[in-house]
Amino acid sequence: MVTLLQQLVNGIVLGGLLAFITLGYTMVYGIIQLINFAHGEVFMVGSYAALATYLWALPSGIQSTWYLALPIVILAGAAFSVLVAVIMERFAYRPLRNAPRLAPLITALGISVFLQEAVRNFFPDGTRPKAFPEVFPEGQLTFLGVTVPASGLLLVVMAIILTGALQLYVNTSKLGRAMRATAQDPDTARLMGINPDRVIVLTFILGAALAGVGGVLYGVHYDNINITIGFQNGIFAFTAAVLGGIGSLRGAVVGAFCIGLIKTLAGQYMPGGTAYDYVWIFVILILVLVFRPQGFFGETERVRA
Amino acid sequence: MSALLEVRGLTVAYGAIEAVRDISFVVETGQIVCLIGANGAGKTTTLRTISGLLRPRAGDILFDGQSIANQPAHAILGAGVAHCPEGRRLFARMTVEENLLLGAYTRTDDGVTTDVQRVYDLFPVLGERRHNKAGLFSGGEQQMLAIGRAMMSRPRLLMLDEPSMGLSPIMTQKIFDTLADLKAQGTTILLVEQNALAALALCDRGYVVDLGRTTLEGPGHELLADHRVRAAYLGEG
Repeated sequence: MVTLLQQLVNGIVLGGLLAFITLGYTMVYGIIQLINFAHGEVFMVGSYAALATYLWALPSGIQSTWYLALPIVILAGAAFSVLVAVIMERFAYRPLRNAPRLAPLITALGISVFLQEAVRNFFPDGTRPKAFPEVFPEGQLTFLGVTVPASGLLLVVMAIILTGALQLYVNTSKLGRAMRATAQDPDTARLMGINPDRVIVLTFILGAALAGVGGVLYGVHYDNINITIGFQNGIFAFTAAVLGGIGSLRGAVVGAFCIGLIKTLAGQYMPGGTAYDYVWIFVILILVLVFRPQGFFGETERVRA
Repeated sequence: MSALLEVRGLTVAYGAIEAVRDISFVVETGQIVCLIGANGAGKTTTLRTISGLLRPRAGDILFDGQSIANQPAHAILGAGVAHCPEGRRLFARMTVEENLLLGAYTRTDDGVTTDVQRVYDLFPVLGERRHNKAGLFSGGEQQMLAIGRAMMSRPRLLMLDEPSMGLSPIMTQKIFDTLADLKAQGTTILLVEQNALAALALCDRGYVVDLGRTTLEGPGHELLADHRVRAAYLGEG
């Protein structure tokens, strides 16, 4: 029983982490029907940017004061992720806006490899995993024998606050309305005077900011980062987006928590244990694609007159 | 009278196929001008090119004396041309109110709320159900919303593509009455219709479009009396 509860806690923490990435996947897909496979890398560079900021920009007095260091590295990570995403959209995806869909997809895979190799080559000793600094107090709550690490709690609370804020923004602000309009019917959105370039950039910025924050919190929670965390978690997040219904914000969050729970529970209870927990995620992906390709909240068909 | 919109020798092609060939017409300020013609004549393509969704291959489009032929769609709306597209194209999963606010997307003045209320006054059914999703309304109500949404940008030229499509005769009449009201309030209208009878009865000037060209033009009532128009579009032999 304690094991089950413990795994549920671990799954929720992983789900919160994935939610940061999944939203960017699903929003970009919603607007331009691009599966941005480089989005996981945006998460990874956020993590490395936070590490670099901590190591080389923060004076030791701030380094040791977590309540100053944490917000600074989170903002640095998010800012760098946004920068990378904006450059990527402007120079890689925008020129391919009217190209066949396969072209931007392959470009996305290329950018993914490029960003991983860039970090490997330019970060000192980039091939080796890096210890992430202590920017949040070690500590844990113990409740009925279940351990909830403080960093995990931080991660889940931040995920809930930021995904909620994003939904509120998209559903109530003027630019959020323009985003939804562009996702539903790009031509008619243009007839309303909406500049699609601006909406697309905004979408990349929002998705990247969340991914960057997620990348930093990944480091805070798991203590170690390496250049493959983006690819790995990006694939899980992609599966979560498909499960929730790609294009749906609500679906992205629900899907992320489902995938987090499936991975940890399968690692505990399914044959093969943690060595095979990835397998179950992809089994879910295949089942969803076969039996319910629109996911939980996706639409069966885009309505186009 | 001055020309608000002037289309000169416009040619638009999809790949090798020219949907519009060398079409020319003029919309004077304060008039209702209609383009009539069979399916596939190039009417919708013409409107989509004027509003910037398509690029012309040749020719020019002047709005208020300025060329808008290669401007992006959002700039053309900003210049004062609103396009109420074929099939209404509402944002079906958004509410009535959200659709209207999107119509006013480029506006920064504080009159937007007043204008939303004016649409509700004009079409009370929209006001009563302003928080319902646009996709849940009947065809006629959706058309009212589409016209209301297009008017939210306070356009100088309103272009409508087949506003009577799929509507009952009563509803069609109501829509055409609304267009007459909008004209009376000073809006210039360019109308594309297959319902030639209603359109010609309403308009100041009509153009018959056939295979991407204008073949006949004249005041609406004259075209309505023209035996060639009656034979081809009004079902009289």
